[in-house]
Amino acid sequence: MSKILIRGAKVLGAEARDVLVDGEVIEAVGTDLSAEGAQVIEAEGRILLPGLVDLHTHLREPGREDSETVLTGTRAAASGGYTAVFAMANTFPVADTAGVVEQVYRLGKEAGYCDVQPIGAVTVGLEGRKLAELGAMHDSAAGVTVFSDDGKCVDDAVIMRRALEYVKAFGGVVAQHAQEPRLTEGAQMNEGVVSAELGLGGWPAVAEESIIARDVLLAEHVGSRVHICHLSTAGSVEIVRWAKSRGIDVTAEVTPHHLLLTDEMVRSYNPVYKVNPPLRTERDVMALREALADGTIDIVATDHAPHPHEDKDCEWAAAAMGMVGLETALSVVQHTMVETGLLDWAGVADRMSVAPARIGQARGHGRPVSAGEPANLTLVDPAYRGVVDPADFASRSRNTPYEGRELPGRVTHTFLRGRATLVDGKLA
Amino acid sequence: MMRHLISAADLTRDDAVQILDTAEEMARVADRPIKKLPTLRGRTICNLFFEDSTRTRISFEAAEKRLSADVINFAAKGSSVSKGESLKDTAQTLEAMGVDAVVIRHGASGAPYRLATSGWIDAPVINAGDGTHQHPTQALLDAFTMRRRLVGRDAGLGQDLAGKRVTIVGDVLHSRVARSNVDLLHTLGAEVTLVAPPTLVPVGVEHWPCEVSYDLDSVLTKSDAVMMLRVQRERMNAAFFPTEREYSRRYGLDGDRMARMPEHAIVMHPGPMVRGMEITAEVADSDRCTVVEQVANGVSIRMAVLYLLLGGNESQSTRTEEK
Repeated sequence: MSKILIRGAKVLGAEARDVLVDGEVIEAVGTDLSAEGAQVIEAEGRILLPGLVDLHTHLREPGREDSETVLTGTRAAASGGYTAVFAMANTFPVADTAGVVEQVYRLGKEAGYCDVQPIGAVTVGLEGRKLAELGAMHDSAAGVTVFSDDGKCVDDAVIMRRALEYVKAFGGVVAQHAQEPRLTEGAQMNEGVVSAELGLGGWPAVAEESIIARDVLLAEHVGSRVHICHLSTAGSVEIVRWAKSRGIDVTAEVTPHHLLLTDEMVRSYNPVYKVNPPLRTERDVMALREALADGTIDIVATDHAPHPHEDKDCEWAAAAMGMVGLETALSVVQHTMVETGLLDWAGVADRMSVAPARIGQARGHGRPVSAGEPANLTLVDPAYRGVVDPADFASRSRNTPYEGRELPGRVTHTFLRGRATLVDGKLA
Repeated sequence: MMRHLISAADLTRDDAVQILDTAEEMARVADRPIKKLPTLRGRTICNLFFEDSTRTRISFEAAEKRLSADVINFAAKGSSVSKGESLKDTAQTLEAMGVDAVVIRHGASGAPYRLATSGWIDAPVINAGDGTHQHPTQALLDAFTMRRRLVGRDAGLGQDLAGKRVTIVGDVLHSRVARSNVDLLHTLGAEVTLVAPPTLVPVGVEHWPCEVSYDLDSVLTKSDAVMMLRVQRERMNAAFFPTEREYSRRYGLDGDRMARMPEHAIVMHPGPMVRGMEITAEVADSDRCTVVEQVANGVSIRMAVLYLLLGGNESQSTRTEEK
């Protein structure tokens, strides 16, 4: 592999530096580095970040290849600046055995656009009754460390307790989809002023908050760590803040869409805004942004959830829940966090690469941009302004809530261990 | 007038009064030996009913036929919908057959709005009830009934319901009738109070233009109209209230309670009534109960809506403007 010189990029948003990549690693970071024998990328004005890591991606394969495959999903990831994604377990069949997680892991290797780290189901079939063979998935070639029934809540307190305890044996973490099932029967959107008017079944904030409260207390009791998926309410922020102040080992994620969109969007009855957990209120959005800025929420995770057109081109109640997010995540974070002054680019690097890599134990990712480190890098043009056109997506699905919306910033290059997966905004 | 009728909240005061006045004209047709107008001759209207409904469907059909429209009735049961066809495909199929307007009843809140705004079809859409969202023609026929009874058939022309106190009692949470009535009655200047056990009032109701009370007896004496909503027995099993008898005792309308209402006050019900649950037979069969009138008025209101949306205002908006 030849050398690449990224010239004049602001590393993590700081002063401009040259970054020389040789083979799979960063050879040098400095000023006026020699371009001899290297392909040069003029990167003045751009931001260089460690390759982004998504702890929450739905790649849909096996089972729903009509909406996404490991190949198309990882192409979307590379387009969005990601070098590693964690693939959720709610596939068909469910990723609850060593066989399935190894299959997904192998498909990721073959695709080659980013590292695919499968997440294992906590319970057999995501049914919440019987623990899946967590140890077998960990010991498999996929080396699973993150376990989640995402899409469903591990609502049985005893099963959750056992899972939290059990994964300590191999340093795993349980990622909880916090949704009390009885409180959300028939839920279609956030319960509040808008749902009352629209006559859509309410998904109350308390259904999320009560599970988070229970689970941080469980984690404390058994001395385990717990990760909270797609935290969406101001109340959840308060609970996590309290838990952290108490020393409980909890981490939490927020999605880009919960940082930007509110339940007012649902007035259109356009199912492109239908997602689980649902879009909340302006007050929640502001609380989530603040919590991400102050570190109460550790990371941004996309919850990239591709669905075929027909599953959204219908009445609200019949539509699937979820939005694609890999290709717009960084722009939304720039828009909601950087341009509002809440987070600098070093903060973005932490929330979208360093911290998710640490939580998920993604080796070689989320590392400093310095000599000797693996060359997993993302180059961003923050001055770019463009309107989101789903036709440009690499994802097989188009269910974005941002169609026609102007968002800032564009990933121009992504490097996976020194190999460009995205060049000038085009997949390599 | 607007192109579609999706929500009672979309109507201005003048729109609503125009519909009520037009309905009075239509009601006169019903008094004639031949109850038919040629207004919609040659136009085809499809009644697209995805949810079981007898009275609303028949009411629309009667209204359409009295305006000489050709009527197609489509019920989802036993149709291609039960074979998995989408709303979009069903609607486009019907439009391809030359339907000029679609009257839709659907179990999913927002389905008529989607049909009207997603570019799936061009025809005007009239909401005949969607999920727990809206039922605008029901609200219009209720307002029509109230105006006739409380203001007067002739005296009411051109008038709204300013200052009238309307109490709506029952399962507000699951009721499209309640939502539509709150919107329309507020627009027409009436003061609305919702009465229900707290479990059957939606979170967020504090933003509605009405009052909420948990105590029926305290508001009865101040009501010009009391509208009882149907309470489905299965709500009991979902713990919305403990027993049918307790519900009836606290929120049902019986003879004793009716006697405490002002003398001029009327009792309304959108039907179908659950006698013995929210309303006793004594009340349902009394002269003060307008249930049967509401049904008759429903036909006049639906004639007025169809007339104004499809045929009656070509002088105001020429057909070319729609393209």
